[in-house]
Amino acid sequence: MQQSKRLESISKQKILKTLFGMKLTDGLVFKFLIYSLLVIVSFVYLYPLLYMFSYSIKSLQDLLNPMVDQVPTGFYFKNYLDAFKTLKYFETMSTSLVVTLIPAILQTIVASLVGYGFARFEFPLKKTLMAFVLATYIIPPQVTMIPRYVLFNDLGILHTVYAILLPASLGQGLNSAIFILIFYQFYKMIPKALDEAAQIDGAGKFYTYFKIAIPLSVPSFITTFLFSFVWYWNETYISGLFLGRDVETLQIRLQNFVSAYNAIMGGSGDVDFANEAIRMSATLLIILPMLLVYFILQRWFIEGVDKAGITGE
Amino acid sequence: MIKVKKLLNQVVSLLSKGIKKLTNNRLISYQNNQLVFFKKINVRVTNKKREMFYGYVFISIWLVGFLFLTVYPLVMSFIFSLNKVTITGAEGIQMTFSGFQNYIDIFTSDLDFVDYLWAFLGQIVLYVPIILIISMVISILLNQKIKLRGFFRSVFFLPVIIASGPVINELLKQGAGTIPLLEETGIVETLSRTLPAFMANPIALLFDEMIIVLWFSGVQIVLFLAGLQKISTEIYEAAQIDGASPWESFWKITLPSLKSIILVSAVYTIVMLATFSNNSIIGHIQKVMFDTTKGYGYSSALAWVYFVVIALLLGVVAFLLKNPKEKKIKKGVKRYATK
Repeated sequence: MQQSKRLESISKQKILKTLFGMKLTDGLVFKFLIYSLLVIVSFVYLYPLLYMFSYSIKSLQDLLNPMVDQVPTGFYFKNYLDAFKTLKYFETMSTSLVVTLIPAILQTIVASLVGYGFARFEFPLKKTLMAFVLATYIIPPQVTMIPRYVLFNDLGILHTVYAILLPASLGQGLNSAIFILIFYQFYKMIPKALDEAAQIDGAGKFYTYFKIAIPLSVPSFITTFLFSFVWYWNETYISGLFLGRDVETLQIRLQNFVSAYNAIMGGSGDVDFANEAIRMSATLLIILPMLLVYFILQRWFIEGVDKAGITGE
Repeated sequence: MIKVKKLLNQVVSLLSKGIKKLTNNRLISYQNNQLVFFKKINVRVTNKKREMFYGYVFISIWLVGFLFLTVYPLVMSFIFSLNKVTITGAEGIQMTFSGFQNYIDIFTSDLDFVDYLWAFLGQIVLYVPIILIISMVISILLNQKIKLRGFFRSVFFLPVIIASGPVINELLKQGAGTIPLLEETGIVETLSRTLPAFMANPIALLFDEMIIVLWFSGVQIVLFLAGLQKISTEIYEAAQIDGASPWESFWKITLPSLKSIILVSAVYTIVMLATFSNNSIIGHIQKVMFDTTKGYGYSSALAWVYFVVIALLLGVVAFLLKNPKEKKIKKGVKRYATK
């Protein structure tokens, strides 16, 4: 009798232990809670994408039918074709790539040089200049935008690609300060002994930079390039102003989607307005390149933020 | 790959040759650790000076850009803001000095801007803490011993890659920015009925854009997660042995160690919200810029007001989240010593 009672209490303890664990954080209940929370939040994060996709394949009947809510009755591909045509996808995409890839490359190279300069050398006013680098991040672009607009106009590069390339190649591009900081943090971590050893072997400062610093900092290059690429791709305010209507990127095309649609599709009879399905298809088409890049290279994005060392200071 | 290396080698050798050419001519020559200018002025080259020189060479490209594309525009835009700027086809830009008239006009006659400014401040006060708290909670969830951490992390970071102004605009227009459940329960309506308008509007907006707010916290989640992983587990174990509950260790260990990251994330969030292209203030500034009656002068003044507001906001945040770690540790040590 007594023994069975004791057994019961032991088994009870065991159940409690598996459910709640020794210290709460490794029990089953806790695990379940965490996973369900994470799954719910992930769903919320992905909801707009799912919504976009489900709408983008709806036919007009599906859109008008109140019975069809989230899941469309069939796969209606014509939306994509229409969106494709309206966006002039390949044409605009190549423009987008030009005003995205080249500034990103330039920005990466310049950020590396400047970051190296700040990290490896001692010179007067260094701290002040570092503070200025950070200040350029905080100054809203709206303050410098108008004089830059006038300046670029005088130089004759307004509404050309160079209006984006010039700031990028002088370290004043989109979020340049962050990239300089990333390289600064990285180059600070390389032990100075390496430089000294190279110097004793007769290497100059540039030789050391090319032969030691650059090979070591390949991860920083990749991270910087990727972020620069993505941010330039997604930026519309400044590029919209400096590029105007002459150099139209995908994002700007999406901004003016309805008028573009009317201009291209207008008068073709049965479709005379850009419905939600077509707009969602266009939106999906625009984020598609970034999604692809992310799926292939996501490790670099996230670990980049990790390793960049922005977290330290 | 080998070709690239060869090319790099060539570039390097060319550069070094060029530098030699630069230092061996009549104007400048280099002998016995001395730089000789015009065969007259001698400067001893010390290691320190050499380092200075190379430091400036490396940052020169940024320095030039900073002077021409940031300092000069800053000065010009301030001058613009003190003038009435008109643009005529023949003579270009003409300025007539008007003192602080533009600034006075902003607060007396431009009701739109003042409204936008208040809305923006409301948005910041509401969004920044929410984004910070959400990203901290998510990062703490991710920091538990779980499988698929990488997968969840990628999901939460995904929006950073795709969130551009036009894309988010389209999503908001379709109503895909909100969680359907929130609307159906009618939380928003009851809130907007009970609260005064200036509080209810941002909150209603928040619920409308709930997912977008979540979408803005991708970078912050990764930052917090990196910070959490830096805290060594030994501290938690020690606290546990001393009888601290997880709740207590969160407040006494986790939060204080994350303080600097909270500051970084807060600054990042504010700057991101302030420059995001859907922001109504920056839209207004651009609209005014091409307005013939107001023009560059007035919109420069707007930009400066906006700049000052953001700088003040960042100042307040920095003041609130300043790192009083050292003081606290000292106090703690004293307390222990007296016990």
